Amino acid sequence: MTAQTLTERPSRSKLFDGLTRYIPIGATVALLIALYLGGLANYRNFDSPQVVAKLFIDNAPLLVIAVGMTFVILSGGIDLSVGSVMAFSTMACAWLTVDAGVSAPLALVLVLAFGTAWGLLIGAVIHYFHVQPFIATLVGLFLFRGLTLQISDTDVSMREVGFFQWGMTHVDFGKIRDGGFWLPYLSFVAFAVVIIAFVVLHYTRFGRGVYAVGGSESSALLMGLPVARTKIGVYAISGFCAALAGVLAAFATKSANPLANVGAELDAIAAVVIGGTLLTGGAGFVLGTVAGVMVWGMLNTLIAFQGNLSSWWARIVMGVLLLAFILLQRILARSGEKRRT
Amino acid sequence: MSSYAKRLMWPVLILLALIVVNIIATGVDFIIPSVNDDGRLGGAFVNILRRSAPLLLIALGMTLVIATKGIDLSVGAVYAIGAAIACQLIIDAPDQTAAGLVFTAISLALVVTAVIGAWNGVMVAYFGIQPIVATLILMIAGRGIAQLVTGGQIPKVQDSSPFTELGRGAFLTIPIPIWIAALALTALALLTRKTALGMLLESVGGNPEASRLAGIRSKGITVLVYLVCGLCAGLAGLIGAANLGSADANNGGLWIELDAILAVVIGGTALVGGRFFLLGTAIGVAIIGTLEDTIINVGLSSQWQFTAKAVVVFVVALLQSPEFRAWILKPFKRKPETTAPAPVEEAAK
Repeated sequence: MTAQTLTERPSRSKLFDGLTRYIPIGATVALLIALYLGGLANYRNFDSPQVVAKLFIDNAPLLVIAVGMTFVILSGGIDLSVGSVMAFSTMACAWLTVDAGVSAPLALVLVLAFGTAWGLLIGAVIHYFHVQPFIATLVGLFLFRGLTLQISDTDVSMREVGFFQWGMTHVDFGKIRDGGFWLPYLSFVAFAVVIIAFVVLHYTRFGRGVYAVGGSESSALLMGLPVARTKIGVYAISGFCAALAGVLAAFATKSANPLANVGAELDAIAAVVIGGTLLTGGAGFVLGTVAGVMVWGMLNTLIAFQGNLSSWWARIVMGVLLLAFILLQRILARSGEKRRT
Repeated sequence: MSSYAKRLMWPVLILLALIVVNIIATGVDFIIPSVNDDGRLGGAFVNILRRSAPLLLIALGMTLVIATKGIDLSVGAVYAIGAAIACQLIIDAPDQTAAGLVFTAISLALVVTAVIGAWNGVMVAYFGIQPIVATLILMIAGRGIAQLVTGGQIPKVQDSSPFTELGRGAFLTIPIPIWIAALALTALALLTRKTALGMLLESVGGNPEASRLAGIRSKGITVLVYLVCGLCAGLAGLIGAANLGSADANNGGLWIELDAILAVVIGGTALVGGRFFLLGTAIGVAIIGTLEDTIINVGLSSQWQFTAKAVVVFVVALLQSPEFRAWILKPFKRKPETTAPAPVEEAAK
């Protein structure tokens, strides 16, 4: 254990010195541009700004959970429960408003508070009882899928609830015919989450603590950083984001499906890694995650434009990209090691 | 009592408790096997074992991987790939009942899944990628690959094909899946306990670098272990597909990796690597299988099984945490000065 720690630590800190740390995110952005140009060259109507806008309509919930996941992964953990928490939140919104007759804004607040409280609990279990994040969040994956199915094993419609019309209300930026585009309110919620996450991660004490804990928990503790608060905090953020994503999904579809978002945690993890965040923690960017989610969205868009390909190609390509990015990170880490010695 | 028996005591007690609950709910017939009209062994408990065979195969492979301080998240996807390859090959052929064809299909599926497993092992051993990350790639892409094999359809094998015997047939009245799972358990147990391999595995899991310096080919062993895990997952997929007569690339073996990890952990193998208990894993699998039936037998809807599993994971994870045990036992300790230090300070270690 000790020998391993001694050989691995310096490579990581060296890897993210100077300009090297921008190589993965640079590659992601280049890939994104290449995908877009490829689409432009091959398909008609791909140049419509609405194509880009649509990325942020379809993937707004994924973007929100990926942002939460970024915090967790940066701190060196992982959260497998987000897909189930998200489905549970959508279902809870439907149940509270349609069956229990709770007013929609109150239901929304309850769901968000619940997601955060769950994150706090699981974060505390991970920190204080040293349960591995993988196992602790596995509980959430099973528990909330089960609870969602308990509430209803069929779709629940929220069309009658006026409040849920708000999310898809448009803001028009010029006419589509004249090269304009529109975005629904829920996309702005996702943007707000990204901006807040960016500010918190890069300009607050808590954010720097997340990087420090992810880099080396024992060093962070020796430096006197509030490790407990940071570690529990990231899971609370992830829980909140998952609940918020569930609410956004409720806005987008106005119905709750008990089997929705199976595997959403994997999409989120893939987006975070492709966005240049190191899965071992300690290095990465929120904006990289945005690029990762856009790559995922762009792949799906290209498949939709092609028309004769099945959606599972997106998963395969995503796996290949994941492999490429993980190998890239390893190569950078190795070269960093060589430079040091 | 030896430490090995002590390790197995809790899982065995849980399994017995579950069986008692079932006997109370449904009568003593639950545990007693009966011989069906078609000469096959039946009865509720035998069915549980038969249905648990794929999970046991995967959990055995997972136990070895976890013993080397690794984890394999891709087994569910490999299960789907193995099932897809075999079923697709069989339905593409003109005569689905040909024994040679079934043999070719099974062999090819097993070779491919073994190669996939070895690929995971190479990523971990030679590229130095964390196991959870290396196998995540195939967990994400694997079901896409299975879809690619089946062309997005669900291939259905004719009932007359010998392939379905793998899941439904019986040999000496005992269902074939139970034979396969029992053979795999015995083979792996002999291989790891009667040869040096088991000790080498534990050594690699304890400290790969020290093992290498001690002259153990730790990289080769790591690749071998992932290969075996892939092979087990492929075989499990074949049994599952043969039982259903079809291969569903999307839902076949869904979350089986999580069930397998759960079984391994219940069986007393810690996720930190170094020690492993194949028999414990087998009991863990039986617990999970029995739990699913118990939920229905005590009159709850089958949706409760997710919730019940969540509770089991939570309790097992907490019981395995020394910090939790210290915290829960604190009020019962006699001498206050021997109480565990506050958890925050403990994190410093």
